[in-house]
Amino acid sequence: QSTLVVAEHNNEKLTPITLNAITAAGKLGGEVSCLVAGTDCAKVAEELSKVQGVKKVLVAQHDCYKGGLPEELTPLVLATQKQFNFTHICAGASAFGKNLLPRVAAKLDVAPISDIIEIKTPDTFVRTIYAGNAVSTVKCNDPVKVFTVRGTSFEAAATDGGSAASETVATAPAVGVSEWLEQNLTKSDRPELTSAKVVVSGGRGLKSGENFKLLYDLADKLNAAVGASRAAVDAGYVPNDMQVGQTGKIVAPELYIAVGISGAIQHLAGMKDSKTIVAINKDPEAPIFQVADYGLVADLFKAVPEMTEALK
Amino acid sequence: MQIYKSGVVTDGVKHSMNPFCEIAVEEAVKLKEKKLIKEVVAVSCGPQQAQETIRTALAMGADRGIHVEVTGKDYEHLGPLQVSKIFAALAKKEEAQLVILGKQAIDDDCNQTGQMTAALLDWPQGTFASEVTLEGDKIKVVREIDGGLETIKINTPAVVTADLRLNTPRYATLPNIMKAKKKKIANMKPADLGVDVAPRLEVLKVEEPPQREAGVKVETVEDLVARLKDTGRI
Repeated sequence: QSTLVVAEHNNEKLTPITLNAITAAGKLGGEVSCLVAGTDCAKVAEELSKVQGVKKVLVAQHDCYKGGLPEELTPLVLATQKQFNFTHICAGASAFGKNLLPRVAAKLDVAPISDIIEIKTPDTFVRTIYAGNAVSTVKCNDPVKVFTVRGTSFEAAATDGGSAASETVATAPAVGVSEWLEQNLTKSDRPELTSAKVVVSGGRGLKSGENFKLLYDLADKLNAAVGASRAAVDAGYVPNDMQVGQTGKIVAPELYIAVGISGAIQHLAGMKDSKTIVAINKDPEAPIFQVADYGLVADLFKAVPEMTEALK
Repeated sequence: MQIYKSGVVTDGVKHSMNPFCEIAVEEAVKLKEKKLIKEVVAVSCGPQQAQETIRTALAMGADRGIHVEVTGKDYEHLGPLQVSKIFAALAKKEEAQLVILGKQAIDDDCNQTGQMTAALLDWPQGTFASEVTLEGDKIKVVREIDGGLETIKINTPAVVTADLRLNTPRYATLPNIMKAKKKKIANMKPADLGVDVAPRLEVLKVEEPPQREAGVKVETVEDLVARLKDTGRI
């Protein structure tokens, strides 16, 4: 038994969720290898070789891996699996992992398992369904198990102390049916939403995109990331990459501050594993209070600046 | 060109279309209205009630429907891999140029069917789409990714999965609902398409998640900040 973790990176740095996936892979027992495919990814391979729990780093460099297109990466993952006979293939349940691994699984004719939160045995996994309202334990009888890992459910593997061997793997010829053009990433000096220790999120109660400034000010005092409910995103206040919830990002920070968020099921699905939840809402009946450790029934336009001030 | 959409309905009381699939249907109908595609075929797998989902798509503007009937235990265990095989077989049979589906079902939250359909057909995939532009025999897709947006260009035929911001689905008007009743829905079984729907994953148990207890209400910001400091959260 052995596991392949497909590393997510931008040629410069490893994406943090890969470290959570490595921890999950380690729980299976057996050797853990990481596949790094990119255009110029020596740095990432070096970074990975120091990660605890990684035995082997497989490196594939080719221009066609630009942008991590699934059409190009799938044949590589398949060839690597064939060469090393991995029994498990996993990646983080990020936009990258969700895009790639089902494609790999279909090619292997196996049923993939998305967004797992626990590993019971090497063939039995736990995941949530119905927006987190039910927890399902599934057994996979396929010869190769393919799954994506919810980052917040597994600790990040330590980034030092490891000493993995590096190995170059043969690259397949470019498939050439897709082309990566550009990325427009939201620029922010704040921590990344899914790995931040503190998250401040706003909902429809904020009333406008401009008013999110109140949250940015508070977030800066707490070194927090800023998220939003789907309602706030749908209303056009903020971009979708800030969405926390069933159809957005899953977060589980130490502290989650929900501001002007009523607490729809689909939002709770994305944040209810946070260690401490604070809710600020003027409606005392808002469902968010049912999951909040500390609830403050107040006008957010007064309470949030007051809180920012108190933290000075 | 023909467009497919998926709507794997839940086994609940209300069989309604998955919201992401509604967006997929809307996009297909819009492309047809712009005369960029010739025909929109709505497809759904499931029991008899799946036809209601197809009727909704027809009322939104799809031209005809295909109901792939899966019932009883088979339906209970129907997973994205089997559904993908059905869609891939249909896409080939109908010589579709584009398959549009929702990015995920909101019951199992798998987010797999589009990617797997593309894999089985060996077609490129434009997943989590927030903008789709047909450019000759290629499709430009703006995708929702973790840190923002990404633009790719893929060859046709292709599979596209709809994210929330792709469009706002229309409401079917009464005249269109009436018209939809006259549109044809073909009926077939997975075996007609050569697809084996035997389950691959075994669900051992489904439980309620641990419930979070409501905590305390605080009266003032001062009190809140003090408590967060006491517990070491800030």
